[in-house]
Amino acid sequence: MYDVAIIGGGIVGTALAAECAKYQLRALLIEKNNDVGDETTKANSAIIHAGYDPAPETLMGKLNVRGNALAKELCEKLSVPYKQIGSFVLAFDGEDVKTVEKLYDRGVKNGVPGIRILTAEEVREMEPSLSDEVKCALYAPSAGVIAPWEYAIALAENALENGCEFKMSHTVTGITKNGAQDFTVHTDKGDVSARFVINAAGVASDQIHNMVAAPSFAIRPNKGEYYLLDKSQGSLVSHVIFQCPSKVGKGVLVSPTVHGNLIVGPDAVDVEDRGDTSVAQDGLDFVAKVARRSTDKFALRENIRTFAGVRANSDVDDFIIREAEDAPGFIDAAGIKSPGLSCAPAIAEYVVELMAKSGLELRKKENHRDTREKIRFKELSEEEKQAVIAKDARYGRVVCRCETITEGEIVAALQNPLTPSTIDAVKRRCNAGMGRCQGGFCSPRVMEIIVRERGIDPLQVQKDKEGSYIVIGETKAQH
Amino acid sequence: MKYDLVVVGGGPAGLAAALKAYETGAGNILILERDQELGGILNQCIHNGFGLHYFKEELTGPEYAHKFIEMLKDTRVEVKLDTMVLDITQERVIHAINSKDGYMTIQAGAIVLAMGCRERTRGAIAIPGDRPAGVFTAGTAQRYINMEGYMVGKRVVILGSGDIGLIMARRMTLEGAKVLACVELMPYSNGLNRNIVQCLEDYGIPLYLSHTITKIEGKTRVEKVVVSKVDENRRPIPGTEITFDCDTVLLSVGLIPENEVSKTAQVALDRRTSGPIVFENMQTSVPGIFACGNVVHVHDLVDFVTQESQKAGENAALYVKGQYSDSEENCIALQNGEHVTYTVPQKIRPENVAKFTEVFFRVNAVMHDAEIKVCSGGEELLSFKREHMAPGEMEKIVVPKKALDAAKGREITVLVKA
Repeated sequence: MYDVAIIGGGIVGTALAAECAKYQLRALLIEKNNDVGDETTKANSAIIHAGYDPAPETLMGKLNVRGNALAKELCEKLSVPYKQIGSFVLAFDGEDVKTVEKLYDRGVKNGVPGIRILTAEEVREMEPSLSDEVKCALYAPSAGVIAPWEYAIALAENALENGCEFKMSHTVTGITKNGAQDFTVHTDKGDVSARFVINAAGVASDQIHNMVAAPSFAIRPNKGEYYLLDKSQGSLVSHVIFQCPSKVGKGVLVSPTVHGNLIVGPDAVDVEDRGDTSVAQDGLDFVAKVARRSTDKFALRENIRTFAGVRANSDVDDFIIREAEDAPGFIDAAGIKSPGLSCAPAIAEYVVELMAKSGLELRKKENHRDTREKIRFKELSEEEKQAVIAKDARYGRVVCRCETITEGEIVAALQNPLTPSTIDAVKRRCNAGMGRCQGGFCSPRVMEIIVRERGIDPLQVQKDKEGSYIVIGETKAQH
Repeated sequence: MKYDLVVVGGGPAGLAAALKAYETGAGNILILERDQELGGILNQCIHNGFGLHYFKEELTGPEYAHKFIEMLKDTRVEVKLDTMVLDITQERVIHAINSKDGYMTIQAGAIVLAMGCRERTRGAIAIPGDRPAGVFTAGTAQRYINMEGYMVGKRVVILGSGDIGLIMARRMTLEGAKVLACVELMPYSNGLNRNIVQCLEDYGIPLYLSHTITKIEGKTRVEKVVVSKVDENRRPIPGTEITFDCDTVLLSVGLIPENEVSKTAQVALDRRTSGPIVFENMQTSVPGIFACGNVVHVHDLVDFVTQESQKAGENAALYVKGQYSDSEENCIALQNGEHVTYTVPQKIRPENVAKFTEVFFRVNAVMHDAEIKVCSGGEELLSFKREHMAPGEMEKIVVPKKALDAAKGREITVLVKA
């Protein structure tokens, strides 16, 4: 019997897995996809918010500043791409100025460090590409940009290394409450029993909740659409540029990404289908139009990818993190909308506290490892490059020319047991295929390396999720 | 490491440049190629039609490349395969890596940039819909099929009627796939006419002009695409949607010269070609750095790449030997007039022109019985008649030195009267 079974391997589930793995617990994470962080976690603005936005009395307000501080520490220890570049909220008119003042007050109440209001002149000096119409801006230096998928991957790998178990490609089909703190979780590939079950199932968290407890909330899936522009546009601005939330624009931002691209988006569209990550022209047009109010200097012809993600919004105006009254031991970490990514490690601490209050005994592990090493060839100095190639010649072979990713980095990614045999899993771990040609040149070579390293057939290599096959059979010439 | 000439890229452009430079006496020459073999993209172009102009015979891509690779064997030109150039300085210092030599710092007397081009992707044109597997650029599909030996799908819709897309329509059909449609945004095809006939018409594949893909559907693999007619502003017309059930989308929506390395050397680029601005002898804005082939502008035929690259190779060799002037004092700037989208070269120094120089350009519309005019200061210097002109076909004119000498204000304009 597991002490803790976590349902869902997004950023909340993986952060919780890493937190549980600090203690002498038998923990398990169950994920329906073949990779962690493969839904909402990978498709969002990729921002670690400072924490001025949520109301102080909410869980979001309580956890954001702590989550922000933890993110910085975790990214450093676990080698996750993260840059604390700070954020602006722009005010264009009198109404906006009031909003900025309100957000400032909230930020102070929430304990956001270094927050202040910039004059129009200060804004222009710090961000010369912004619109002349900017009246003032809220500046929060602690906001950051991150590779959110790699955040989840790093947390999962850290949890695995410290003894947490993973059941990937397992779909939860039901949960039986055998008694207080005694559950059987049914999956399409067998059952597991656990004392505590944590619902970190993101957009499906109401469905998971309703398997074992009376309905108490509903997920309202909400889609956000984005442009991702080439690195040629990445230095247009040097901070995360938000606008005030209003009727026309609900949070369209322009920001450099941690990889040096420029991200523009999102909109907010309610969707029926929780898996609807399709992009629509209307949405993209809206995003471009609203973003141009902040700056009209980005060139959409430099776009390299459009994408959409679905937020796990709910009918509750806050995160839903509590033990179900009618199922002691079943704890929801549900309705984790924005700023969920920012709060994740703080949510994990909070959930562990809730379990402790319900009787889970917490004893620290002695040999817990809290670091992860990763070679990012491109970022090495000349001498370091020379040294790493001398040690392993595969670092001298560049496979992804746009992002300068070597065979050594791809092989290293594939050596982790949590890495599925997919092109996108490799992309999320070492950036191969993430550049301007979008894998046009390197995907056949990445496939070749996966086939070699995993000893599988090319027909088994998928792009991403189960069913996303790339090649369908051999050509006639091979027969 | 020190070389008189380093050629970046071992495709058709790099090979021709290196060979010509060798013949011209450049001294020790090195080709840096990022792939595991020489030949570049020709290696995956197993169809024929190459070499008609240059060799006066019809060759496949690998055969065309092979001829140059064979010629290289009789020279002392060195080659480093599987080698990636990371950056180049204006002083012609090249930083590169491979597995064998590790991190290399190479001082070059002259450099020829011959990195070729890459395909425009789905992202560049932002096709709406889902993002499943089964969406390939035509060249990537070509690599899977011709180099790796794997088929990419059974029911195919091709967006764009560029040559690679047309070639792949035929290739997929021959491999047993059903190509349902070739969809072209413009009212005309950007491919060569012979490819329209031999790759679409011969196989009964419909070409939808003034149409585009407005949605791709499929959660894991492509399941269907929606194609719509577009108006004169290339915007989809509601109510004209046609749905195709397919598992594959191939994109042939343009090529972009690959100049990331050129940028590290501060080489000035032309926004219209996305390639370096070059002089009559293929030198870039940085003295001693030359460029040729698809890294300068996208060619229709490899034969013309070869000729252009020989020019670059020869002049790089002369530069090494100190045998030409790079003074820009009397330099003439070429301007794009009516219907002309770009010219290569963009600049001409008459001192370096013996009798005549060639100017390549493209037009922005399909035209019949058109007249190309070369003008300067409102005065017509030259004119050429053309029965047919199209954006998909690169044009070439020969400009005699006399005309250059007659240019006023160091400017000449190339334009086309329909």
